[in-house]
Amino acid sequence: MKVLLSLLLLVLLLFAASLLVGPAGLGVGDSLAALFRGEGDAVVLVMREIRLPRALLGAMVGAVLGLSGAAMQGYLRNPLAEPGIIGISSSSALGAVLALQTGAAAMFPLALPLSALSGAGIAVLLILALAGPRGGAMALILAGIAISALAGALTSLVLNLSSNPFAAMEIVFWMMGSLADRSMQHVWLAAPFMVAGSALLLAMGRPLDALTLGEDAAASMGVNLTRLRWQLVIGTALAVGASVAVAGAVGFVGLVVPHLVRPLMGARPSRVLPASMLGGACMVLAADVAVRIVAPDQDLKLGVLTALIGAPFFLHLIWRLRGAEA
Amino acid sequence: MWACAKVFDLTLVLALASAAPALAEAPGRVVSINLCTDQLAMMLAAPGQLVSVSDLASEPQSSSMVRQAAGYAVNHGQAEEVFLMHPDLVLAGSYTALATVDMLRRLGIPVVQVPPANSLAEAVEQVRIVGAALGQEERAEWFATRFETSIRAARIAGPRYSAAFYHPNGYTTGSGTLADEVMGLTGFDNIAATAGVTGGGVLPLERLVMAAPEVLVTSEPYPGASRAEEVLTHPALRAVQDNAGATLHTDADWVCGTPLIMRAINGMRRAHIRLDCKDPGNWNSKMCRLDAQ
Repeated sequence: MKVLLSLLLLVLLLFAASLLVGPAGLGVGDSLAALFRGEGDAVVLVMREIRLPRALLGAMVGAVLGLSGAAMQGYLRNPLAEPGIIGISSSSALGAVLALQTGAAAMFPLALPLSALSGAGIAVLLILALAGPRGGAMALILAGIAISALAGALTSLVLNLSSNPFAAMEIVFWMMGSLADRSMQHVWLAAPFMVAGSALLLAMGRPLDALTLGEDAAASMGVNLTRLRWQLVIGTALAVGASVAVAGAVGFVGLVVPHLVRPLMGARPSRVLPASMLGGACMVLAADVAVRIVAPDQDLKLGVLTALIGAPFFLHLIWRLRGAEA
Repeated sequence: MWACAKVFDLTLVLALASAAPALAEAPGRVVSINLCTDQLAMMLAAPGQLVSVSDLASEPQSSSMVRQAAGYAVNHGQAEEVFLMHPDLVLAGSYTALATVDMLRRLGIPVVQVPPANSLAEAVEQVRIVGAALGQEERAEWFATRFETSIRAARIAGPRYSAAFYHPNGYTTGSGTLADEVMGLTGFDNIAATAGVTGGGVLPLERLVMAAPEVLVTSEPYPGASRAEEVLTHPALRAVQDNAGATLHTDADWVCGTPLIMRAINGMRRAHIRLDCKDPGNWNSKMCRLDAQ
């Protein structure tokens, strides 16, 4: 409980930092006055229309990525499972790009998150089918690489064929993710799906605890494995799909965060899930503050920072697994 | 104070200038593979001298001379297709299609590369450069002189307003550019140049909001969706537009440093007049009464 409270405090601190850091270089007092009391025209605009949605999305995207990483690791009992690495993010990016380029998203705004979460859902189903219920690390990663590469190639193809000259330059955004210049519309578009997805994933805690004892033991304890599987598929699709639709594919959050919180919370999934949610929010908020400090006038992609932290961590995990398997 | 000089009408000039004879040493078959040299070549070449222009010349989003371009064969800047047109001269930009230019030179075809104009003086100079390459010095001189006169006549000395360019991805144009000089000429202070942007660069939306420009010059979205252009519909940018006195769209007339830039200059002049006319003290001036009609 104490850990959860401190993580929550950290989220709030980083949320405040995200509101107060930006290229406009506003004073703390002015910013807060504008945010809460609506004083000062231009500052209100900056705070309420530019920084608030950015900070909210940072927390939301991080939370769902951390949570879905923890849920997938718990369900697959595999420390390498993560939406980015196994191709779920890139598949939902493909869904989002299809909705945008076919014009569906322009006619019907909900088409964007719906298409993205369909992409994510299809990828989760494929992964589960390819890697099997007890999928070993190798099968999981190989299936993930294949799906990731295919979805990435199709995304690039769609963007290259677009009649819009800017579309082709957006491949980087869909692969790396960014929160620059998002608005409250994006927050409202993504929030309902993220809340529903998170609720499904958080409810997996107890069944996942039972699953650590093995599938037979879990089944004998009354866990409905089919139901659990669908809970994971739908929950991840909703959460990751909505997150990618508005912020692109931010990698490695779901991989790193559960491993960081496990030493603090113990290995039980029911405890790791909420802590990963808060930890994920911290990681993305911190990364988004950092991109604005490192390169205030450029749209440095969020995924660049998370990958700089995440990729070495991933290598370290593989190294440890190699030792365990040998 | 009104700078109400008559600025020359380009279509009229094009019609007047179509009859000068080509000189003896002028290249007989000219191919242009760059949008901006396309424009200059179409203005300056003698009838039949220009064989082909680039595909961009017939795209309304980037070309101001779509109608004229329809009279020429289209090329895509590929060495092979250009070579098969048997040109005596190829006009190219200095930064694009470098591989094509190298290949054409190896094949023995003379290529004249025209750098992009970063100032109005350079734009005038390029009329002369392309005119010389085409062997149409006399006509080029006539165009260049008229161009210079129009630029001088377009200067607005009245009150200065703040303005900013804002394009997809928050891209803006700062000091040392043709667009910045157009702003300065027509009585505007470029916010991006004040903020220290040199050449092209990114101006974060927050900083644009804080600078609150009186005129916003933005671009028309292309067909098809892109995240880069989403920033142009951001609620904060809409609020900036609502507070600004005028919003202009940069279109094809802004792309090249050719005499066609006069159309962009005239657009900025009109925006300046509109802002002047918001001041009740100017309501009775002739210019504002004309503008209100």
